[in-house]
Amino acid sequence: MDATKDTRRTALKVEDLHTYFFNRWGTVKAVDGISFELKEGETLGIVGESGCGKTMTALSLLRLHPQPAAQIIEGKIILDGEDILQIPERDMRNVRGPKISMILQDPQTSLNPVYTVGNQLIETLDRRDDILKSDLRKEAEESLRRVRVAAPERRLSDFPHQMSGGMKQRVIGAIAMAGGPKVIIADEPTTALDVTIQLQYLRLLKDLQAETGMGIIFITHDFGIVARMCDKVAVMYAGRIVEEGPVREIFNNPSHPYTEALIGSVPKMEEKTDRLYQIDGQPPQLYALPVGCRFTNRCQYAKSKCVEEYPRRFSFGENHYASCWRHDDSWDKIPSSTKEEITQMLEA
Amino acid sequence: MQRYVLFRIGQSLIAMLGVSMLVFALTRLSGSIVDLYLPIEATPEDFERMTKYWGLDKPLYHQYLLYMWKLVQGDWGESWKWQQPALQVVLNKFPNTLQISVFTFFISTALGIFMGVFTAIKKDTGWDYVGKVVALMGQALPSFWQAIMLMWVFAVVLGWLPTSGKGEWYEWKYYILPSITLGSWNVAALMRITRSTMLDVLDSEYVKMARIKGLPEWKVTWKHCLRNAAIAPLTLFGGLAAGLLTGSVITETVFAWPGVGFVAIQAVNARDYAVVQAATIFFSAILIFAYLLVDILYAYLDPRIRYD
Repeated sequence: MDATKDTRRTALKVEDLHTYFFNRWGTVKAVDGISFELKEGETLGIVGESGCGKTMTALSLLRLHPQPAAQIIEGKIILDGEDILQIPERDMRNVRGPKISMILQDPQTSLNPVYTVGNQLIETLDRRDDILKSDLRKEAEESLRRVRVAAPERRLSDFPHQMSGGMKQRVIGAIAMAGGPKVIIADEPTTALDVTIQLQYLRLLKDLQAETGMGIIFITHDFGIVARMCDKVAVMYAGRIVEEGPVREIFNNPSHPYTEALIGSVPKMEEKTDRLYQIDGQPPQLYALPVGCRFTNRCQYAKSKCVEEYPRRFSFGENHYASCWRHDDSWDKIPSSTKEEITQMLEA
Repeated sequence: MQRYVLFRIGQSLIAMLGVSMLVFALTRLSGSIVDLYLPIEATPEDFERMTKYWGLDKPLYHQYLLYMWKLVQGDWGESWKWQQPALQVVLNKFPNTLQISVFTFFISTALGIFMGVFTAIKKDTGWDYVGKVVALMGQALPSFWQAIMLMWVFAVVLGWLPTSGKGEWYEWKYYILPSITLGSWNVAALMRITRSTMLDVLDSEYVKMARIKGLPEWKVTWKHCLRNAAIAPLTLFGGLAAGLLTGSVITETVFAWPGVGFVAIQAVNARDYAVVQAATIFFSAILIFAYLLVDILYAYLDPRIRYD
């Protein structure tokens, strides 16, 4: 989609979100100043390795981060024009479900094993005012049909353990969408599924998005899925977004060394290599973060400035930003006469 | 579900058969009953006559079959202490035991599970620590000691409650001290297990999902958590019922509560074999029935068990 002509309404806007864990070892900066915007019908991919804060970001958006250990200490989450960090907890149930919802990673454990699928779906639908009690069952059938569950009238009385993983994940999709949310977060929804089912599920999500016009935040570590699903990408590293932009831009012109490495680590069919590419080293501990760029210790382009100061955001065309000193061309912009002066001063 | 229930009923019958054999064997092991019943001046002929009369000269399997045959007919032997059928002695006292056990069972179960859920929700707060102390005391203090301390404080010093005995069934003051003694272990056990399974469940993905759906927190706790968390305490119920019955022997004796436990102790002291046998078999039957009930309930709560 052409971003310049984008007139769609903003569904979700996150500004400078900080979610910290406080424990006896100190402060763990799981989400450390994240901002992004999601339009209706748009798909944003949040990419990064395990432990970079993707899931914590997602849970923070629903205010379901593990309390009291974790706290949102700063930032705004503007959903449907309202900052949900300002409303009391008891009003959050009018936000979770009807405005924002989430599909969890593992379908095997996301459904309550002791209640039927119908029960769990109906209790969600029951929270809506626009459905009569007597129509609940019909509505539940309808929502199962929408996620392509065959024979929904019979499936409603099934228990989760009587369903396959792919089927369960579709039911979870139906439950997540039962409230008619504007934004849905999908946290690696296909990781636990068979490869053959994965593609089916992704297509289903896309179709449902086209029907309902909801915004999707797709959390993954798989750039292959990003390419298939997303309009734009935010690459997260150690609690911060290090690069963001339209998918095509990111693939063609990855501007942060971490993005470059992530894309490089997707195995390619046409190349024959003995070893798969991997990023050496470990991300920094989230409770002992360096002052400068957090990728420095694993970065092949690292220079002294990277250690001293956190890189500012550099722009690379429409909506494409990366935080990396490699693109610091301030030296080049200095007039050559001044440069000579500085060089002379340094030599003296 | 039906097949499962039938299967479990079959198992229970087999267990009952085992119990009857054990009781039969143990009473034979504790010496000849003839020595007990006949006076010192009895002649060897008297012994022989008595042995023949009781059928003790027949082979053991024959005696057992005879014993079983009479058992199923309702003839559980005569009590010489009470001068009436042993079963009658036990059944006469059973309502009293039932009253105190059932009362204690419901109160302690409700209290234990509620406190377990509550301390799990309030994890690491002051409430949680209070709960831990209560649980520790409930399980660590021996019941006879608790009984005596309770009696001393509430009956002797404060004079609020009667020390012992039993009034009419509705005279609630008599229930309080015995049921605290009888139930404190149950409350502690249920509270601890409910708290720990509840914590696991609270951490699960389906609870996260329930919150994502926007369900109110009370519904998350009491609908989505409790039923899953209730399965673990339920496995305790059989044992708890056992605790109530075996505990009733001590509690009833200390509080002079006229129940089966009290009678059993009196029968043991008087060497009234028929009543000891009857009480043992009766207690076992109740226990086996309790376990059966628990397993059926277990299958009802967790559908995954039903279909296996």
